[in-house]
Amino acid sequence: MGNQISEAVKPAHLQHHFVDVDQQFESSKLGMWIFLVTEILMFGGLFVAYIIYRSGHPDLFYLAAKELDTVLGATNTVVLIASSLTIALAIRAVQLDKIKAAVNYMAATIALAGTFMVIKYFEYMDKFDKGIYPGAAYSYDGIPHDMAANFFSIYYMMTGLHGIHVVIGMVLIGWMIVKAKKGAVHSGYYTPVENTGLFWHLVDIIWIFLFPLLYLID
Amino acid sequence: MNRIIEYLLPPQRSSLASEVDSLFTFINVAGFLLFAGIMITILIFVIKYRRKSEDDVTPVITHNSILEVTWTVIPIILILIVFSWGFRGFLSLSSTPANAYEINVTAASWLWEFRYPGGGTTVNEVFVPVDRPVKFIMRSDDVLHSLYVPDFRIKQDVLPNRYTTTWFQATETGESVLFCTEYCGTAHSDMLATVHVLSREDFEEWLETGLEVDEDMPLADLGRQTYTSAGCNACHTLDGSDRIGPSFLNLFDSERELADGSVIVADEDYIRRSILEPQADITAGYPANMPSYAGRLNERQIDGLIAFIKELQD
Amino acid sequence: MADSTSNTLKIREFPVEENPKHTYLNADKGILSWLFTLDHKRIGLLYLGSITLFFFVGGVLALLLRTELLTPAQNIIDADTYNQIFTLHGAIMIFLFIIPSIPAALGNFFLPMMIGAKDVAFPRLNLASWWIYIFGALFALFSIINGAVDTGWTFYTPYSVQTGTAVVSMTLAVFILGFSSILTGINFIVTLHKLRSPGLTWSRMPLFLWSLYATAIIQILATPVLAITVLLLSMERIFGIGIFDPTMGGDPVLYQHFFWFYSHPAVYIMIVPAFGIISELISTFSRKTIFGYWAIALSSLAIAFIGFLVWGHHMFVSGQSELSSVVFSFLTFFVGVPTGIKIFNWVATMYKGSIDLKTPMLYALAFLFLFTIGGLTGIMIGALSVNVHLHDTYYIVAHFHYVMMGGTVIALLGGLHYWWPKMTGRMYSEFWGRITCGVIFVSFNMTFLPQFIMGSQGMPRRYFNYVDQFQGLHQFSTIGSYILGVGFVMMAVYLAWSLFRGPKAPSNPWRARSLDWMTSSPPPHHNFEYTPVILHGPYDHHQPMREFRMGVVREAEQHGTPVETDTTDITR
Repeated sequence: MGNQISEAVKPAHLQHHFVDVDQQFESSKLGMWIFLVTEILMFGGLFVAYIIYRSGHPDLFYLAAKELDTVLGATNTVVLIASSLTIALAIRAVQLDKIKAAVNYMAATIALAGTFMVIKYFEYMDKFDKGIYPGAAYSYDGIPHDMAANFFSIYYMMTGLHGIHVVIGMVLIGWMIVKAKKGAVHSGYYTPVENTGLFWHLVDIIWIFLFPLLYLID
Repeated sequence: MNRIIEYLLPPQRSSLASEVDSLFTFINVAGFLLFAGIMITILIFVIKYRRKSEDDVTPVITHNSILEVTWTVIPIILILIVFSWGFRGFLSLSSTPANAYEINVTAASWLWEFRYPGGGTTVNEVFVPVDRPVKFIMRSDDVLHSLYVPDFRIKQDVLPNRYTTTWFQATETGESVLFCTEYCGTAHSDMLATVHVLSREDFEEWLETGLEVDEDMPLADLGRQTYTSAGCNACHTLDGSDRIGPSFLNLFDSERELADGSVIVADEDYIRRSILEPQADITAGYPANMPSYAGRLNERQIDGLIAFIKELQD
Repeated sequence: MADSTSNTLKIREFPVEENPKHTYLNADKGILSWLFTLDHKRIGLLYLGSITLFFFVGGVLALLLRTELLTPAQNIIDADTYNQIFTLHGAIMIFLFIIPSIPAALGNFFLPMMIGAKDVAFPRLNLASWWIYIFGALFALFSIINGAVDTGWTFYTPYSVQTGTAVVSMTLAVFILGFSSILTGINFIVTLHKLRSPGLTWSRMPLFLWSLYATAIIQILATPVLAITVLLLSMERIFGIGIFDPTMGGDPVLYQHFFWFYSHPAVYIMIVPAFGIISELISTFSRKTIFGYWAIALSSLAIAFIGFLVWGHHMFVSGQSELSSVVFSFLTFFVGVPTGIKIFNWVATMYKGSIDLKTPMLYALAFLFLFTIGGLTGIMIGALSVNVHLHDTYYIVAHFHYVMMGGTVIALLGGLHYWWPKMTGRMYSEFWGRITCGVIFVSFNMTFLPQFIMGSQGMPRRYFNYVDQFQGLHQFSTIGSYILGVGFVMMAVYLAWSLFRGPKAPSNPWRARSLDWMTSSPPPHHNFEYTPVILHGPYDHHQPMREFRMGVVREAEQHGTPVETDTTDITR
């Protein structure tokens, strides 16, 4: 741990309180991982609510899940997995100083994320048209269960919070594109891109849990 | 020693109280001894090892296995004793005897209603026989409440979405206070009831006669009695000051401005409707949170309340 | 960073500059240089100022409550106002004062100094954490203006869903404050892992840092669950999603499980840092190696771990299953063991020490007295059958005030007096320090001891109105609280005096051994003008002081003639 002081060249991106670049990189990465832990725990609360309600009312989940469009859900799963691939390629490209390719990969990631959100939008609209609103405004009577509204409350909370994370991810990746174009990231310093990638993988992984839990119930 | 414990605790009036109290006493005594031991040690150290000069040299003592094992094992033993003791008491508290006399309890903001197996209802007071297990089967009309009788050492939250139960066997006749101990809003601290423990004969007699209204009592007197027994006093004062609801003073025949802007005269019909359907006419400036007394008061009690309110003019 | 050219370092002693000209206090000027500082010391002081403000607000609210309780009937405020005030007192004291208190104020200031770092790992996140805290505080303020909140700080459903008060903005405030807490936690963990100076191994880390480490772990594991809980509660109020609302098939007991899954560990967020301060104080003022270093360090982690398994002990009478109550009670008692171990270790540290009853040490002793009472009464209410009687009575109120105020606040005051010379560069009046400590200690007991008695006698908590038999004890308690208030005013006066008129502080007035004392008072902008090297443990009072002031010899010096060279090998 920094048991040496290199008085040699201090790169511009090295903050004053770090001894060297490695220390700064490792710190950022550890910080990001801990942040991801807090994210998982936050979603964890929703998963616990889900488990409690599903174990209490298995028939409700079976009946209500039929209302969800599995084809659209599966498409979104594929879209997000593809976006995870493109962001990983973007990180690789930055590490190899192929900034132009990196920008393209990141743009592709944003496009895929956008596709996900558009599909999500159509799914929500379809529900709203039927009167499947969150909470008290729920007015659909196509599900023969008196707690159908509760299933959709959980559905909207989980997918909604996930959707917010997708949007945050898009903003972050957009910021990384700006950084890359300004030449602020390169093979010597790619920490922010890498951390953004980590965040994006988390968004992807959470969806991979949400999809079967909400759409594929039988 | 006994005197201190007696001062600290309410009187023991249920069969379960003495078991709870003996554990309370044990923890207090053991805790006090431990506490005194630690404090005396500190005091001795502070006096004996106070700094004599700035150049004091202290020995390097980093650990002592025997000592450390001792002060780990002894507390573990103590807490295991306390746990098992508390567990045993909890078992008695939660296993209701089969022959218990069952009373249904409904909590509402802010009153307690007790319904007896043979029919009949009391509000904010409950009558129970001595030396016989009594089981409360409880449910809330609105938010969480909690039924607590310190003299019996029982407490149980009352939920809106399912029944909870508690039981006790009173050991002496007399009156005990019953509190609500789960915060429930404005008049939480006025949501009290009285537990009347009656001898077996008195209880039988009360069942026969007590639930019926005294036909001979003048209506206004019955109204005054109902005012406290039904818990009207938690929200409505008699001296013109505001509590949760409007005061009863000068209420009768006054013009009431309602929350929707209309004006209504407080006649007999208005008062009756306000008792049975409280949300129908809400006086402007007051919250719409009074529970309905439909089924909780009989016709004569309602008439009595109206007569009582009529008299309250200054 | 194993790629060093050699595994040995040249080190020498770096003498500490007394009465320094350039300090972090005058490194920059102007209000903006404070509000947007990235210096962890200044951020620590920003936090210290903020929590002091909110402690004052919460304290005034408490005095209002106590005044109202002088008589059973209405006295100065009505029932609704009373309910709002006790809610605000709880919410402000917990979310705005005690949770950020020790970690974000003293921790922020001293954590980097104690490991010889120039700053925390993420200074910008650190500043963001303070701004988010202020933003959350504004939300809380907004809900006070916008109709206040009357649910109790626990926001139990369904009352919190039905009441007409500003619950949503208050829960959002809690949500935002949670972020601030998480950022501090992340920062501390990373800083401790990555920024320690050469030679500062885990076994040489001051126990204050071990306690902050345990706290940070709880912060990052528990706070997100609170975030989702209050988010669900807000959604419940805005959309009526029915997760916790029984009228829509939801379960209010589920809310309590969610809430206490955070809020019980949160109790340890509040108390564990206090343990750290007490370890520093007792060792320093006994001038003796701490007894059972690893026992104290690991018991903090043990408490953090067990703390996650005991939330159900808040719910013995809530209607949760009896089996859960039994399991939670059993686990609860096991928090008592590591806590007891700490107390015994502190007492053993004083054995054959050289005990100096300076103000910070008096606070440490007051802590031992009050916290032991708090802990032992915790055993009382952990016992199932007794808990049924004592739950939601003043016994609980007294218990947690003994732990939170008698524990955390007293330790905070001890830490404040201990580090005051380092933070401000001034000494305070030892005489008034001791007197005030005595006043606070006595009046604290006057305020809260009667509440144990009332509780065992059956006085329920959150009561605006009460049965006449309790009036005498209530009045005694109220008088105690007034004196307690006077004690804090006295402290404000002599500390303010010290700030402007106090004598200059030496760099190490207590002759402590940890790194925070091996730099000037007040410290320079970057804490150390060299890279410190640690050769001994933080409590090795038997080692010569100069060996605690070692630093890496600069490369420039190596080629010239070093002032003094020590070639001790500190390969790790």
